[in-house]
Amino acid sequence: MTELDRKKEQTPVPKEWAYAPAPESRDVVSIEDRYGHFVGGQWLEPSETYTTISPATEETLAEVGQATPEEVEGAVAAAREAFENGWSGIAPAERAKYLFRIARILQERSREFAVLESLNGGKPIKESRDVDLPLAAAHFFYYAGWADKLEYAFPNRRPRPIGVAGQIIPWNFPLLMLSWKIAPALAAGNTVVLKPAETTPLSALLFADVLRQAELPPGVVNIVTGDGRAGAALVKSEGVDKIAFTGSTEVGKAIQRELAGTGKRLTLELGGKAANIIFDDAALDQAVEGIVNGIYFNQGHVCCAGSRLLVQESIYEPVVEKLKRRLTTLRVGDPLDKNTDVGAINSKQQLDKIRELVEAGEDEGAEIYQPPCRLPEKGYWFVPTVFTNVAQSYRIAQEEIFGPVLSVLTFRTPEEAVEKANNTPYGLSAGVWTEKGSRILWMAERLRAGVVWANTFNRFDPTSPFGGYKESGFGREGGRHGLEPYIDFDGSEPNGG
Amino acid sequence: MADRLPVKKTYKLFIGGAFPRSESGRSYEAEGQNVARASRKDVRDAVRAARSALPKWAGMTAYNRGQVLYRIAEMIEARGSEFAELSTGLDEVEHTVDRIVWYAGWADKLAQVLGSSNPVAGPYFNFTVPEPTGVVAVVAPDEPPLLGLVSRVLPALTGGNAVVAVASETHPLAAIELAEALATSDVPGGAVNLLTGHRDELAPWLASHMDVNAIDVTGADGGSADLERAAADNVKRVVRGNPDTQSPWEIASFLELKTVWHPVGQ
Repeated sequence: MTELDRKKEQTPVPKEWAYAPAPESRDVVSIEDRYGHFVGGQWLEPSETYTTISPATEETLAEVGQATPEEVEGAVAAAREAFENGWSGIAPAERAKYLFRIARILQERSREFAVLESLNGGKPIKESRDVDLPLAAAHFFYYAGWADKLEYAFPNRRPRPIGVAGQIIPWNFPLLMLSWKIAPALAAGNTVVLKPAETTPLSALLFADVLRQAELPPGVVNIVTGDGRAGAALVKSEGVDKIAFTGSTEVGKAIQRELAGTGKRLTLELGGKAANIIFDDAALDQAVEGIVNGIYFNQGHVCCAGSRLLVQESIYEPVVEKLKRRLTTLRVGDPLDKNTDVGAINSKQQLDKIRELVEAGEDEGAEIYQPPCRLPEKGYWFVPTVFTNVAQSYRIAQEEIFGPVLSVLTFRTPEEAVEKANNTPYGLSAGVWTEKGSRILWMAERLRAGVVWANTFNRFDPTSPFGGYKESGFGREGGRHGLEPYIDFDGSEPNGG
Repeated sequence: MADRLPVKKTYKLFIGGAFPRSESGRSYEAEGQNVARASRKDVRDAVRAARSALPKWAGMTAYNRGQVLYRIAEMIEARGSEFAELSTGLDEVEHTVDRIVWYAGWADKLAQVLGSSNPVAGPYFNFTVPEPTGVVAVVAPDEPPLLGLVSRVLPALTGGNAVVAVASETHPLAAIELAEALATSDVPGGAVNLLTGHRDELAPWLASHMDVNAIDVTGADGGSADLERAAADNVKRVVRGNPDTQSPWEIASFLELKTVWHPVGQ
């Protein structure tokens, strides 16, 4: 008997290959029973409240304010006051230092924020820990350095702050979207009224404590919570000079209509239906990981998710087979468990929307695949889903599902891939998988999308501009270009007016 | 001997490089002439012509596009006296020519001034390049009749977009003269389409057209709120400009930014 065989015999064979639970401790974050609005550096008692829950358990986490139009106006007035009486006059190098401080505090408190983000939003802790938090801190760090270098970013244009920015952010990356909005706004010298999403207010409310620690002057950042009514009040407020919105295309259009003729500045980061395009020379195992990351990352609650898989016909079968096999290994469950790959759907409302579109896909004739999967009894869950046999006209190939649902289509030539990829009203992102560098660039030239990932997907960086073509919105976040929406120039204005 | 009776021009539209009459069969009187009064159908034809001209115009090398734009300046300079009669005078014409030359020189510099390479964390070469938005509608200001139109059309055109412009309603003749200059220049047919007629009849159709990607409302009557509201139907980029300005940021208003993550490896 060889040494190896002897060892094999002595080693007990486990009966099942299940992971032991590895939950992250909830104790690192303390949640108040009740939160008000953060206005002028003070917590204001809200006149109306609602409860925010954990979508994984449906347990109540806290009571938070539902801002009335008057309360929103109060926040706008505080932001105006801070802009006129101080913030815009602070030396840019000092402004930078506040942002550096915020970045550092976020790094120090990142465990706490990551747990809170997963609790309130349902996303897996390994994503909030490894993606949301490091990127949020990096955004503040990146824009901090711009604060006293704006004239180098925009030579001969005499950049000035706009004034009060009203910012409305979504529930899929609550703290990260907060940082994408607040960091460039403050770097450019503006003050802010931020409204987090209805279902995920807690990390923004905890961020108020970061502002306290950073000793940011009162009123420079104000946070009001509530549903769409609070957002609408912010959009309508006459004291706001600029609106930045990330969310659905439907709401984005409503905001654009509302602001028509007001002369207010607007940037929109809206929906998507991104194509993830796999050529037959791609490294298939790597591509399959990219497909999975493209659509199941953050339960598919990603505006730039690779929700349409375009596979070259010659490799259709191996790709779909590998993909299905990979799906059986995805762990769906407790967002706070460090082994979880796919967490909870953010809300009942979103779960209903996903179910409706998946039913439509089945009704229209697509073939559905869902791996065997035991879902928790409480909370909102959806099994990672793949649709094959999908026609371009199906709703699941045209509409944004914003859930863990992938539609697979095929193509033969690069031209056909481009045509199909561009065949939606959206244009936020696209993915290309091939070992041929010249083909990557050929495709990138032709894809009508603001971000093109090659041999990767859903990758972000504070230096890399992000934003859409067509009905995916206008304006960029990230990079030097991400400053522009928050700056007034002498002479004419850039994109978005 | 009796004075010779001059042969008068029929003023037509400029769509897809051709000079059709308005589908409506109607005209209106401006500057003492009967001028074609474009209809909704003409708007649709012009948008379709612009969309089909787009790949050719946007696909040209930046160097070529600059040369084609420069050629427009040559054509206008050569017709200087005619343009002077149809505008506020030679001064406006010279300004216009110089502005076109200025924009022509931008065509192959935009990517360098507006783009960037981005130092991302990770093995990727990450870069951002400007690209044309697509089909751009321009509601030109009434005055100055030539310089106003050119100041709004050139930024979009320089960026590689195809344009459908509604000319000055009160002073449309300079626009028609410009169309004739364009037709004999090297601008591909359909890259610039010029419509004459009543602005309040035409602009709303452009604002709500689902195949128009951006609208310049500089010349809109009495505020542009209605046009801007209609523009939201397909999230159009709305540009409120100045009838007499030149700037690379004007071009940037009609550009998208594309960011590419290119892998780096052995």
